[in-house]
Amino acid sequence: MTKSTNAHYYAPGHSGCPGCGPSNCMIQVTDAIGKDAIIVNATGCIEINSSLYPNSAWRLPYIHVLFENTASVAAGVSAALKAKGNNHTKVVVTAGDGATYDIGFGAVSGMFERNDDVLYICYDNELYANTGVQRSGATPYGAATTTSFVGKEVRGKQTQKKPIVEIAAMHRIPYAASASIAYPQDLKMKIEKALKHEGAKFITVNSPCCLGAGFDGSISIKVARLAVQSRLWFLFEYENDEFKLNFNPEQKLPVKEYLSLQKRFAHLNEKEIALIQKQADLNYGRIKKLCGIK
Amino acid sequence: MIKTIEGSRAIAEQAVYCEPEVVACYPITPSTHIAEELAKYYANGAIKKFIAVEAEFSAISALIGASAAGARTFSTTSGQGLLLMHEPLLAASGMRLPIVMVVANRAVSSPLNIWNDEQDTITQRDAGWIQLYAKNNQEAVDLVPIAFKVAEQAMLPAMVCLDGFILTHAVEQIDIIGKEDVKKFLPEFNPEIKLDPENPVSLGVYAGPAHYQDFRKDLEEGMQEAKKIISKEGENFGELFGKHYNLILAHKCEDAERIIVGIGSLVDNAIEVANELREKGEKVGVFHVRTFRPFPREEIRKELEGKIVGVIERDISLGASPPIYSEVSEAMQGTQTIISSFVGGLGGKTITRPIIRNAFEKLKQKNPVREWIS
Repeated sequence: MTKSTNAHYYAPGHSGCPGCGPSNCMIQVTDAIGKDAIIVNATGCIEINSSLYPNSAWRLPYIHVLFENTASVAAGVSAALKAKGNNHTKVVVTAGDGATYDIGFGAVSGMFERNDDVLYICYDNELYANTGVQRSGATPYGAATTTSFVGKEVRGKQTQKKPIVEIAAMHRIPYAASASIAYPQDLKMKIEKALKHEGAKFITVNSPCCLGAGFDGSISIKVARLAVQSRLWFLFEYENDEFKLNFNPEQKLPVKEYLSLQKRFAHLNEKEIALIQKQADLNYGRIKKLCGIK
Repeated sequence: MIKTIEGSRAIAEQAVYCEPEVVACYPITPSTHIAEELAKYYANGAIKKFIAVEAEFSAISALIGASAAGARTFSTTSGQGLLLMHEPLLAASGMRLPIVMVVANRAVSSPLNIWNDEQDTITQRDAGWIQLYAKNNQEAVDLVPIAFKVAEQAMLPAMVCLDGFILTHAVEQIDIIGKEDVKKFLPEFNPEIKLDPENPVSLGVYAGPAHYQDFRKDLEEGMQEAKKIISKEGENFGELFGKHYNLILAHKCEDAERIIVGIGSLVDNAIEVANELREKGEKVGVFHVRTFRPFPREEIRKELEGKIVGVIERDISLGASPPIYSEVSEAMQGTQTIISSFVGGLGGKTITRPIIRNAFEKLKQKNPVREWIS
C-alpha cells in the first residue's frame, strides 16, 4: 500500500478515471490557489469522485450542496466570511459544464451581476459525464452523446456550444478567462491574476473526459492541447474591459486530427468535418476581433 | 417595547435584534414588507450582509453557504417562493444548518392566488424543518428569537409561519424585545463544525447505501429531540419576558367535551368563539398545533383523548385525507376520540366566527363528518 502525500490539496485516492481531465484540473487549480480557500463544489463527477463518505480527497474546507445552486452557495459563504471580518480566505467554485452552462446558469448570472467575491472555475468536459455521457450546452457541434444520438435522421449534436467566457465577460465582472489543462502555466497565471481582483471571477478550463469523448486516458493532455492548436478552444481572457488572446497558434492544425482521436466524432463524414472546420475558422475570426488582433 | 406597527415590520425589527450576520431575500407577496424592511436595516448598517438574490432558490442556497461558514442566517418568503426553495430546504436540514426563515403563508398556483392559506408550508412538512405556526402577530414576533435559539441547539433549520395579509399587513400593538434583552436569551452562534481553512472539513458529501440511512435516522432523532428544546426554550423565554410558549396551546381543553383544532390565525377566532360558547354553558375548547414539525403527538393525545374533535384547516392533500386531520387522527389511534375534518379558507377565503360556531355545532352530532366549509 502506498501512502498518500501532502503534495496536493486535491489528494490521491479519489475515484476519477485514469487520465481524467477534470481531476487533473482540480489538482492544478487547488495547487495554484493554496491553503487559504474554501471549495464550493457542484454535483457532478468531481463531487462523486472526491467525497464518498467516509472518505474525502479534499485537503481544503469543502462544501457540496446541490447541482444547480453552487454560485449562490458560494455567494453565501463569501458573505459570511466578510460579515465575520475575514477578507483573506478565497471562495472558489468548482463546477462542471452541466452545472455552469445549463442547470445553474441563472444562479451563475446572479452571482456575476451582484459581483460576489468568488472565483468560479468551470471544468468543462463538454458533456454530462456523471450520468453517463449526455449532451450539455457545452457539447460541441457533431458530437455523439447518449442524448445527441447518431441516427438515420439526426447525426449527433446539431447546435454549437455556448460562448460562456463572452457571456461571463458581458456581465462586466472583473475577470473572465478560458484556459486548458494542457497549458498549466497559462492556467496558473490566470488563477493568480483572477485572485488579485475583488468580485466575481470566472475561468472555464477545457478538461477532456476520456470516457465520455472516447479516447485512451493516456492521451487526455494531448487531446486538450490539440483542441487549442486546431482552434476549437481558445486561451483568452477578459480584464479591465478588454479581451486578450493569450496563445495564438501560428500554424493552425486542421480540426480533423483532433476529431479523429475521439469516438464521439467517429461518425463524421467529410462534409461534416468541413463544416466544423468552417465553424472553427469563424470562431477564430470572432475571438481575434474581440481581442483586437488584425 | 410596545409599538403600534405592521406585523411585517415588527417581525423584521425583532429579527434584526437577533443579529443575523447574513440575510438573503427575494421579494414575494405577502412577505415583501419583511424583506424591504430588512433591506432598509442593511442600508443603515444594522445587518452586516444582505444578499439581494435573483430567485428564492438562491436565497436559501446562499444561506446554506453562509450558515455552513458559521454565520447566523435569516430569510423570508411566501407561497411559490417557498416551493421554489423545495430542493435546498431538504439539503439545509440534511446538513443540519440552523437557518431561520419567516414564511408569510400564501396559497399555491394554479390558479395563481396571492392570498392566504397554509398550503405552502404544509406542502414542505417533510423537508426536515421545524415548523412553528403563529396565531397572531405577537406570537410571530416572539417566535423569531425562540426559533433561532431552538434551531441553533437542535442544529435544524426552522420556519416561523404566519398568515399572509391577515397578520403580515395588520397594524396593531406589538411588544418587541429590544436588542440588549434578546442577548439575555439568545447567545452568539458558534457552531462546532464550519468551513474553516485552519480545520478543513468536507460538508454535504455523498453517502452510499452503507451510510445514507444512518444520516436520515440521525436527522429524525434530532427532530424528535427538538420537541424538548422547544418546550424548554419556550419556558425560558416566558421566564425572561413574561410570555410563555409551549409546543402546543390548549385553551380550556381540560374539561371540554368538544374541541376545535387548528393552526395559524383562525385559532384566535376559535378562542373568541369558544369563550362566547362557554358563557352560554357549553363545554368547548380550542387546541393550537403551534408546532407542526416536530409533530407534538404525545401532547395531542393527552389533551384530546375521549373528546369530540373538529380539525379546521386551510390546506389539502389532493386525493387523500387533509394533512392536519390525518396526523391528529393517527395520534389518536386506539382511543375513543371522535374526529371530524373541516377544510376551507383557501386562497384568501375567511374562516369567520359564524363558520367556527357552525363547526362547534356540528360536533354535537357525535358522528364524525368530513366537510368543506366556507
